[in-house]
Amino acid sequence: MALTRSRKRTSARTRGRATQLARERRTRQPKPPIVALRDATVVYPGGHVALERVSLEIERGEFAFVVGPTGCGKSTLIKMLIREIQPASGKVLIAGRDINQLPASKVPLLRRRIGTIFQDFKLLPNRTVYDNVAYALQVIGASRAEIRRKTPEIIRLVGLQSKIHNYPDQLSGGEQQRVSIARAFVNHPPLLLADEPTGNLDPETSIGIMQLLYRINRTGTTVLVVTHDREMVDKMRRRVIALEDGRLIRDERVGGYHDESTREFAARMRHELGVTPDQADQPE
Amino acid sequence: MTRLLFFVSEAFRALRRSAAPSVAAIVTIVVTTLLLGVLIPVLKASEDKTSDVREQIGLNVYLHDDATKAEIDALERKLLAIEHVDGVEFISKNEAAKILAGRLEGDLRNSLKELKSNPLPASFAIDIDDPDNLRAVSNAIAPVGADGEPEPISPAIEEVRDARQDASKITRVTGAVTVVLGILAVLLLVASLLLVGNTIRLSIYARRREVEVMRLVGATNWFIRWPFIIEGVIVGLTGAAIAVAILWLGKVTVVDPLSENFELVDSFSTMGFAPLVIMLIASATIVSALGSGITLRRFLRV
Repeated sequence: MALTRSRKRTSARTRGRATQLARERRTRQPKPPIVALRDATVVYPGGHVALERVSLEIERGEFAFVVGPTGCGKSTLIKMLIREIQPASGKVLIAGRDINQLPASKVPLLRRRIGTIFQDFKLLPNRTVYDNVAYALQVIGASRAEIRRKTPEIIRLVGLQSKIHNYPDQLSGGEQQRVSIARAFVNHPPLLLADEPTGNLDPETSIGIMQLLYRINRTGTTVLVVTHDREMVDKMRRRVIALEDGRLIRDERVGGYHDESTREFAARMRHELGVTPDQADQPE
Repeated sequence: MTRLLFFVSEAFRALRRSAAPSVAAIVTIVVTTLLLGVLIPVLKASEDKTSDVREQIGLNVYLHDDATKAEIDALERKLLAIEHVDGVEFISKNEAAKILAGRLEGDLRNSLKELKSNPLPASFAIDIDDPDNLRAVSNAIAPVGADGEPEPISPAIEEVRDARQDASKITRVTGAVTVVLGILAVLLLVASLLLVGNTIRLSIYARRREVEVMRLVGATNWFIRWPFIIEGVIVGLTGAAIAVAILWLGKVTVVDPLSENFELVDSFSTMGFAPLVIMLIASATIVSALGSGITLRRFLRV
């Protein structure tokens, strides 16, 4: 019992430190935007143009949505940002660096600095929740002590401490997505990409996931969410980047609500989406 | 060190969690190694047998019963003087009878004793340095005369007989056997390499999603590859160990008792068991590890 309490205190302190660091980062000027696209064009083999001359900038600490109908190039955008595919022309800059200039051997280093969340979770099926999250730390060569300290901490943050030794196929969709968020965030990357994170989930679970992403955003991490859930996006009142047929058709910076707490955020979301609260699936 | 432990535990985890493909890979390696373990000694033995046969080929010069001691001594000197002759051994009538008696058994030996006189001729057994020179030596002892009949160099010679025809037949047959076995061995080796490669590819293919996830999390290629290679080493070692155990069982229960009774089987154990085992285990392990490592390349392209 005493051990649990002391661990909780550590986790709170770490989070506090992260927020503080994030604030410092925001005040220090000038820094290149975390994401910058310059006329990025992606052409798939066969000639299909997935993205056409897309230019945009996302500042550090932002929470932005990319919306658009299926096949508009949203997922291509994500893949381009982690250099799974390369643009035919144009530039992709992450923190001011052109990632397509990186040698192939440095691509893993780039991916460690970007957390990625997918609609299909992409968890390792033969590993427990703990091992899935720990893998992200093992990859960067973290010490065993570090892994033992950080992994339970982040799993508690996403509210899965009771399922820590379960395998992914024993979890619900929402829980699996929480694991994938934990894995994406355990290294505290400055940028978090989410490709349809709520695509397979019901509205109430979706709010829980968005609440989690919002909380991560409040630690200073830039969060970019790709979704086709227009309603959710409208209610969130955040920046919205709309794509259609591979072209950028709208980029609105909607202000407001930047200082609401995650609790207020969730309550508002539930109210506006007309979902009755279901505390069972909520962390804390 | 921590890394190595992590990779090894990852490899064992993968083996545990995908038991069926792992067992398939191990069985493939067992079969292949067994085949090689049998073929290699057989091939080696047949090669040795051929050279054995070739070494045994010589000439026999049979003498008239009425040849005098002086004629025989003179002939021996003449024979020794011929080029390519390594050695000459005189076998008297009595010795010839003893040799024959030694080869016969039971009734046959008794019936030999009942013969009143010894029908066997005395002879010279001639060793020749190389079977290819057989004809030359034979011609030197009994050159063909003007009338087409052989004219021996000594009146004591009744007949010169060589095992030339038999010998060349034996060399030709054993040569063919070696070639056929060699081709078979190469074919089997290629087939088994493909089989092992394919089995490994299947087991990795089943996990390509996993590899994809690892890449997305930012694992370097070697970080992903090492557990697979170690897994390959474990599979190769296990398979080879099982195969060697079976081979050893076969050697102890079948080959060893046989070789005590049959000279031919005895020569099959020409290759030492220890070097064979080391070779088999090393090659199985290397093939398996390389197979894993190389197959992964396809999934590791960024």
